[in-house]
Amino acid sequence: MALKIVKGSIDRMFDKNLQDLVRGIRNHKEDEAKYISTCIDEIKQELKQDNIAVKANAVCKLTYLQMLGYDVSWAAFNIVEVMSSSKFTYKRIGYLAASQCFHEGTDVIMLTTNQIRKDLSSPNQYDTGVALTGLSCFVTPDLARDLANDIMTLMSHTKPYIRKKAVLIMYKVFLKYPESLRPAFPRLKEKLEDPDPGVQSAAVNVICELARRNPKNYLSLAPLFFKLMTSSTNNWVLIKIIKLFGALTPLEPRLGKKLIEPLTNLIHSTSAMSLLYECVNTVIAVLISLSSGMPNHSASIQLCVQKLRILIEDSDQNLKYLGLLAMSKILKTHPKSVQSHKDLILQCLDDKDESIRLRALDLLYGMVSKKNLMEIVKKLMLHVDKAEGTTYRDELQHTCNTKLCNCSTLILLRYISILVELTRLEGTRHGHLIASQMLDVAIRVKAIRAFAVAQMAMLLDNAHLLTGNMQRNGICEVLYAAAWICGEFSEHLEDPNQTLEAMLRPKVATLPGHIQAVYVQNAAKLFATVLRKHEGATDSQAAQETSQLLVERLPLFVQSANLEVQERASCILQLVKYIQKLQQKDVEVAEEVSALFAGELNPVAPKAQKKVPVPEGLDLDAWINEPPSESESEDEKPKAVFAKEETKHSRPRHTEVDEKELARRREARKQEQANNPFYIKSSPSSQKVYQDAPGVEHIPVVQIDLSVPLKVPGMPMSDQYLKLEEERRQKEKAEKKKKEKKKKREKHGKGKKHDSGPESEEDITPAHHVDIVTEEMPENALPSDDDDKDPNDPHKVYDIQGNLQDGSQVVVSVIFENKSDSFLKSMEFNVLDSLNSKLQRPEGAGPHDGLVVPFQLPPGVSNEARFIFSVQSIVMPQKLKGTLTFIVKSEDSSTHEKLDFKLHFTCTSYLITTPCYSDAYAKLLESGDLKSSSLRLEGVNMPFHHLLARICFHHHFSVVERIDSCASMYSRSIQGHHVCLLVKTADQTVSIDAKCDEPSLLGNVLDEIKQTFSQC
Amino acid sequence: QVSVKIRFILIQNRAGKTRLAKWYMQFDDDEKQKLIEEVHAVVTVRDAKHTNFVEFRNFKIIYRRYAGLYFCICVDVTDNNLAYLEGIHNFVEVLNEYFHNVCELDLVFNFYKVYTVVDEMFLAGEIRETSQTKVLKQLLMLQSLE
Repeated sequence: MALKIVKGSIDRMFDKNLQDLVRGIRNHKEDEAKYISTCIDEIKQELKQDNIAVKANAVCKLTYLQMLGYDVSWAAFNIVEVMSSSKFTYKRIGYLAASQCFHEGTDVIMLTTNQIRKDLSSPNQYDTGVALTGLSCFVTPDLARDLANDIMTLMSHTKPYIRKKAVLIMYKVFLKYPESLRPAFPRLKEKLEDPDPGVQSAAVNVICELARRNPKNYLSLAPLFFKLMTSSTNNWVLIKIIKLFGALTPLEPRLGKKLIEPLTNLIHSTSAMSLLYECVNTVIAVLISLSSGMPNHSASIQLCVQKLRILIEDSDQNLKYLGLLAMSKILKTHPKSVQSHKDLILQCLDDKDESIRLRALDLLYGMVSKKNLMEIVKKLMLHVDKAEGTTYRDELQHTCNTKLCNCSTLILLRYISILVELTRLEGTRHGHLIASQMLDVAIRVKAIRAFAVAQMAMLLDNAHLLTGNMQRNGICEVLYAAAWICGEFSEHLEDPNQTLEAMLRPKVATLPGHIQAVYVQNAAKLFATVLRKHEGATDSQAAQETSQLLVERLPLFVQSANLEVQERASCILQLVKYIQKLQQKDVEVAEEVSALFAGELNPVAPKAQKKVPVPEGLDLDAWINEPPSESESEDEKPKAVFAKEETKHSRPRHTEVDEKELARRREARKQEQANNPFYIKSSPSSQKVYQDAPGVEHIPVVQIDLSVPLKVPGMPMSDQYLKLEEERRQKEKAEKKKKEKKKKREKHGKGKKHDSGPESEEDITPAHHVDIVTEEMPENALPSDDDDKDPNDPHKVYDIQGNLQDGSQVVVSVIFENKSDSFLKSMEFNVLDSLNSKLQRPEGAGPHDGLVVPFQLPPGVSNEARFIFSVQSIVMPQKLKGTLTFIVKSEDSSTHEKLDFKLHFTCTSYLITTPCYSDAYAKLLESGDLKSSSLRLEGVNMPFHHLLARICFHHHFSVVERIDSCASMYSRSIQGHHVCLLVKTADQTVSIDAKCDEPSLLGNVLDEIKQTFSQC
Repeated sequence: QVSVKIRFILIQNRAGKTRLAKWYMQFDDDEKQKLIEEVHAVVTVRDAKHTNFVEFRNFKIIYRRYAGLYFCICVDVTDNNLAYLEGIHNFVEVLNEYFHNVCELDLVFNFYKVYTVVDEMFLAGEIRETSQTKVLKQLLMLQSLE
């Protein structure tokens, strides 16, 4: 019985051999770590047994686990035990484990010395072999010292199998115990002439390695190696020897001369590409080191270039790559021989592999000379057009931009044209680079200014050709440079009037703000130039026309949302108006206007500042003020992929503004609005409501709002206000419910249009939402529910919901509700188109015609109508002014009435909930194409999942991944911009780090998110 | 660090599981795992149109893909790419002969035999034997001893 138990347990132990372990791991993919830790426990039990077979099995399993990355160093002693087994099978397992696990720090290694010595001198060559193999992996300085003699003896072993191993391991011994080299070297040298080719090649290997580390000491062996090189047929040995000669020739030039011939012979004869490549490389290296001493080597160079051409023409990518690599070495000393293969290298620009294209580009860059510049540039331009792969493309443009051209004026002229041509390419990220290069050249090189200005004027004139998708691809940056150059150096312009006109085209308003600002400023410079020109010729009529042009066009910029643009435009507009007055009085103003922009901008050398001596007594390292304590700023850093959080100082208007200041600003704004014809004035009664409201933040951005009061006969008087108000509120509640229903219905209609999301996702997709507002909102105004209180409104244009369709068409559905007691008919819906957003009208209709609403409204009835808008740029929110005209019919009279409203297209409404997988998301973030921005919300008191749901619902995002109080979210605009958010929350503070390929879109979406949360 | 030719030889599958790791330079265990992960990341993103060489830290990796397995050898940047590429192919041919149409599972279940093959063909960071017949003869001899 007892025997049976013992036997059974042994069986069980043997049951789990390596195969079982491997299978077990494959079957426990879910909880691998747990499974392995139980296995390790079992192994520990097995190692406690006396049976060597069990131990060996356990060690074998440990070796496998070690390979998978588990720590098994605790079993080192057991490994030594298995190594010392007399049975070869177990010994081998022990040595394998030792060679995988032992390193110099393993302390049991010193216990192994005698065992290894015993194995090395074993009569069984396989024992010796396995010991040598193992030793090669874990030899320490101590082992090397103690065993050097034994290994040296083995170098003369009768079996070549052992001799070969011993020779190779000698190299390791030399490295660990350098003193052994001197006594062992003569024997090693003997092995170069060993009868066995394998031993010979091992000796070559070792000596080549030694020589590579210290070539001088091995020069004396050169004749021997030379003999080997001409006699050996082993390619591997040849490669080694040739490499060695490559290291020796710089020390002994005569050797180089002798080498050329056998090497060229090999190049001619060998069929092995690796050998051919090694020969070519060495010939090149030799020729470079000899370049002065050997006049007649052009034949060898030609041969190399020829062979490389064969490599490059090969269909194997590896050969092509190496061929180009070697070619670039030749290029350094013999550019002419490479230049004749320009055609081939240009072909490589079309290769599928980016690394090959980059190599080819690198070569081309080196090949450029004054003579072939034009040709190469032309070819490159062709390639830029069809280039694939962003790195390559950028590199290509980088080469064009910064490397190709640098010296003569002629080249610079060409350079400008290249830059101009580059701008025609879509999708470049180098807009900035091109722009700065243009500025750089134009400022520094006076001689070419006239040419540059002419080119830039052309560019400005044709700006519309660039405008296709330029917002997205950044090429519009060049317009920044173009505008500045034309303005600053306007005296070179042929027709400043035309350029001025080009700079003030309405389309300019779609450009990014900082570019518009430059446009406006430089328009003023041009204006000065025009004035001066005309005043000289006493042609007052033309000058006045120019002033008129400015007066007409500048208001467009005065309305700009961009502060910089607005400010500059208002300044200049007033200036021009003043000048206009003076002109009418025939006062000469050109001088004074020009004085505004007098003085030339000189380039400053980057080192200029350094050259200024530091005044005596000035300590630049001392603090002027004590540094602020670091405690407040350092603790919360956002994740690295997102940008640094915006500091509070950059947006002071959102923070500490005291009550008085608010009141003052409110007053000022009202004043301004009252004077501005573009603002729809509030009725006195609604004004009153605002004053009752808690603060300026509560000026309405309304979901639902009304417009100017209608004087409809039979309208309730103001004394009925309170009663009516109550009724209205109740109605509104009902209305809101209705709205919800409406949204659901909308949603189903939409399902077809973007069917990418699964059903569940649809549930949180709201219909896109466009609001009607009565007033231009200050940016920090908060929407509030209690602001649509105007009692005088009988007709309510209710909710407007926009459906975003493919491309940039936006469908806005408007719900009309008649809240009066009268019958409404002949409704006409009209919107004042902006540059960016246009109401689509039927064919044949004029741009200002209204659209007929296809129904009539009896009292208390509501109905819905849809209108299609085409939107160009979606990066900014839009407000469109519109009017609804209709006829009010009562029993005894009918009057024509009009209701003004505003359509508010938020940026959010252009986002589509799009699911995104986390790996795609990560890739997107890594791509580096996205600009970042961030937002902090204080005092948000809601559960995190509510917060996320809110962002999903209101702003059409989907959650990519959520970990605790941190979530990544994604959405896409109808024009394909990616918007990524990283939302984190801690202590009622929510930080949102965001990335998007369009910074202004991002900014606006963040502002809208902020508004959403300030409502709660 | 002392210099040897081959720094390490790795066999990995597409998922990054190590099928063989032979180190010819001393690395500590954490470093080994890091290297394995980095090599996987560098190599698996490349496809057929790419070259079989890739720069890696201060070295370069010569690799070749056979079915789902990547055979990678890490060597000096100055070394001969093509020679090691041929070396890998030679190694795979020997494996194929030894295991009779080798597949990934052969390597998994006989991992210690794969180490023996490596040791017969590479030693101390050098290519030791390139003759397939000689290597196979040795391997059969060793097997007969078990």
